[in-house]
Amino acid sequence: MQKKNVTQILGFFFLRFCMFFVAFILIVIFYDIFTKGIGKISWEFLTQAPRKGMTEGGIFPAIVGTFWVTLITAVFAVPLGMGCAIYLNEYAGDSKLTRLIRMSIRNLSGVPSIVYGLFGVALFVEMMHLGTGILSAGMTLGLMTLPWTITASEEALKSVPKSYREGALALGATKWESIWTNVLPYAIPGMLTGTILGLARAAGETAPILFTGAAFFLPILPRSIKDQFMALPYHLYIMSTQHHAIEKVRPIAYGTALVLIVLVFMMNFSAILIRYKLRKQQRE
Amino acid sequence: MKINKEKIIAGLFFVNGMIVVISLAGIFILLLTNSLPAFKDIKLTEFLFTAEWNPTSYVKEKYGILSMVMSTFMVTLGALLIAIPLGIGTAAYLSDVASHRVRETAKPIVEILAGIPSVVIGFLGIVMVGPLIARAAGLSNGLNAINGSILLAVMALPTIVSLTEDALGSVPKSYTEASLALGGNPWQTLIRVKIPAASSGILAACMLGMGRAIGETMTVLMATGNAPAFPHKFTDSVRTLTASIAIELGEVPYFTTHYHALFAIGLVLFIITFIINLIADIVLHRYEQKVRM
Repeated sequence: MQKKNVTQILGFFFLRFCMFFVAFILIVIFYDIFTKGIGKISWEFLTQAPRKGMTEGGIFPAIVGTFWVTLITAVFAVPLGMGCAIYLNEYAGDSKLTRLIRMSIRNLSGVPSIVYGLFGVALFVEMMHLGTGILSAGMTLGLMTLPWTITASEEALKSVPKSYREGALALGATKWESIWTNVLPYAIPGMLTGTILGLARAAGETAPILFTGAAFFLPILPRSIKDQFMALPYHLYIMSTQHHAIEKVRPIAYGTALVLIVLVFMMNFSAILIRYKLRKQQRE
Repeated sequence: MKINKEKIIAGLFFVNGMIVVISLAGIFILLLTNSLPAFKDIKLTEFLFTAEWNPTSYVKEKYGILSMVMSTFMVTLGALLIAIPLGIGTAAYLSDVASHRVRETAKPIVEILAGIPSVVIGFLGIVMVGPLIARAAGLSNGLNAINGSILLAVMALPTIVSLTEDALGSVPKSYTEASLALGGNPWQTLIRVKIPAASSGILAACMLGMGRAIGETMTVLMATGNAPAFPHKFTDSVRTLTASIAIELGEVPYFTTHYHALFAIGLVLFIITFIINLIADIVLHRYEQKVRM
């Protein structure tokens, strides 16, 4: 009996160690980026373009580029993702076709991001003649975000009680009317939250935009959605591997990493805030 | 009139639902049609089973992906060796050891880790993990397969932890209670009852983690050195399938053999991850049925 307790203590100690180690990894990542990146952050860094062969100046064009490409991603992924979730949760029965759709969603989320990049080149840049630019890159990211948006939206729809739908149907509403008036208002906060979380991941992605529109350096801001753009994750990649004076621009790379992380977590945080606020409103 | 409108709306949603199927099929078809022209000049056996990749040689272009396959295999293996024990341990802690309050604060750690962009992890591979490895192993630089493995482990961890935790959580309570009633302590219950009962779910979690590691691009591109030679040990610099596409697609002229060969690498990646996902899917599906019974 005594021996078994010792194994249990050792075993649980190991499990605790695993959890602490994972937490430790996260702390080290944040500590390093924050302590070394914070010194670079200034008003100039955030609002000016890179200067002198990208060894000085700021990252403003990259921030603008990431904003535009994420917007296009949203325009493309949000309606399609929500629509697909509504179909799966409200209309589709348990048929072979439904299972095929679900299997496709799971497989799409497992497709490597660089393969999405290849797909973007083949479809948007080449076949549809859109060229490399914000539109091609945004649509590539949109397609990549789709499975996450669908899964999160369906989760939100599932959490709306069945009685809400039945109530509307019993009063003579059609199926769409019951969805529109009795399901969507309650599901929207959750759908929005999940969608923003997906977009935050898209904003930090690099591989899909490598060949669909991201540019090394641009002297002017993009003026249309077919223009090429600078993006934060791509800028970080350039600054840490491709620049001619890597050691010299290390502080800029740290600053870019910090801005990127803060941006992604601000999006995550706002998503959670939206859910919280809207839920509170509904309860009142 | 009303019924017609309803039918149209339902039809639109159906079309919307089919878009994901069409997208997946579209990815496969476009990869295939863009790969095939490469095999006018390259023999399929040469492509798959030779190790030399030199598409820009003046003498004779070589298109063999074996060193890249080996590189991908090595970093994935290394990543799983780290991430599987750590991930399962963390998941078991969250589901069986942590109190409710600790769990609520600890769970976001895993979620935040999943939210860090891969390019940031790759950057830390260069500035933090690389120098550490170089110093510990006495190498000139730390951009090698070990570095890639460590970073990929971080990338695969969230997937493994959250899915393993789900699997452990869906083991019926009666199993645990029976074990405890028979005099087993919580550790024995976890090791001999819950983990075996959740084994297919855990297996699926590890497979999906493996899929992520194989498909990851930025971290390995930045932190493994990208030497195109055949790797022999973990301190060698490696160049994975994903990194090769990322390095070369930007410089290659469109519609050349080289361009099509890069799509062929993409097709290989697509097929590998598709099979892994499919197996994970089947394993998980069986598991769900078993739990329901």
